[in-house]
Amino acid sequence: MRLRSLQIILWVAATAAVLAFAAVRWWPATDDTQAAASVFTPAFALADSEGRIRTTEEFRGKFLLVFFGFTSCPDVCPTTLSEVAQVMDDLGSDAGSAQPVFISIDPERDRRLGLADYTKAFHPAILGLAGSEAETQAAAASFKIFYEREADTASQGGYTMAHSPGLYLIGPDGAWLRQFTYGTPAAEILSDLQSRL
Amino acid sequence: MNHFLLAAALILSASAAMACETVTIGDLTVEHAWSKATIGAGRPGVFYVEITNTGSTDDALVGIATPAAGMPMLHETVVQDGIASMPHAMSIPVPAGQSVQLSPGGYHGMLMGLTNALKEGDSFPVTLSFEKAGEVTVNVDVLSLRAEGPDCADAGQ
Ligand SMILES: [Cu+2]
Repeated sequence: MRLRSLQIILWVAATAAVLAFAAVRWWPATDDTQAAASVFTPAFALADSEGRIRTTEEFRGKFLLVFFGFTSCPDVCPTTLSEVAQVMDDLGSDAGSAQPVFISIDPERDRRLGLADYTKAFHPAILGLAGSEAETQAAAASFKIFYEREADTASQGGYTMAHSPGLYLIGPDGAWLRQFTYGTPAAEILSDLQSRL
Repeated sequence: MNHFLLAAALILSASAAMACETVTIGDLTVEHAWSKATIGAGRPGVFYVEITNTGSTDDALVGIATPAAGMPMLHETVVQDGIASMPHAMSIPVPAGQSVQLSPGGYHGMLMGLTNALKEGDSFPVTLSFEKAGEVTVNVDVLSLRAEGPDCADAGQ
């Protein structure tokens, strides 16, 4: 009887410790409530500017900073890419432990306009990917993000894109870590990353 | 309305200080006009500016024109339910006694159909049309792709 109640107490204590650890581990890192509870492994398999298929698996061991956007987006997209570029600059000798990835949600047009020229203009480390429509939809779905082509006769090409403008952090094991909402300053992204290195 | 020769001359005579120029029309002060470099001319450029209405009458920015782009337009970036889109802004209110900023993540001039790629250090004119104050032309500095705004001594006022 004694032993059993001791066992119960130990189990309760152990469970509490695990929960406390989990809370400390995940709570401060997650400002996006909908992402807080979910542990999942987003994946992509998309062509780079040279037509080679790049997958999430090849980046295991590194942090991935993933942004979905399109290059005909002069307002929102450059802000996030500039922040990512700043983070890569400021990581200094740790830059090798993070891989920034720009996934085009307007892949056909972006391939035509030149994806690498665009990403390199922000930072040479940023990898630009533009797959097929189906591959792009699969990638977006696995990141649980939304994008949509909106008909717009007044826009260049007759359409524009609406999309989730967040920046997504994936851990070295491939698991989703958190979202940085649009407008998060580079310094905040940097210190979050550094705390995990 | 568009003085193309003057425009060409302005584009050639780039000056880093132009974004810090202040232009006034009636009760409106227009300053900190800037843009970001583009990669080629196939993608739209962007136009940002700050307008202050020191008068007692509300006004509104209703349009922009520039020789730098065939289809300039006013847009507003809206992030709603986590989705960013940029609908056209028919007019941008400039209320009496207030300042309005066209700045990253909010109102912006969308410069579609660029005549040429915008290069860092270039400048080009943009004519702003106000509902009441009329038209005024400002010189727009092209800053780097990663710029967050012009670096003026009086910035942040
Ligand atoms: Cu726009």
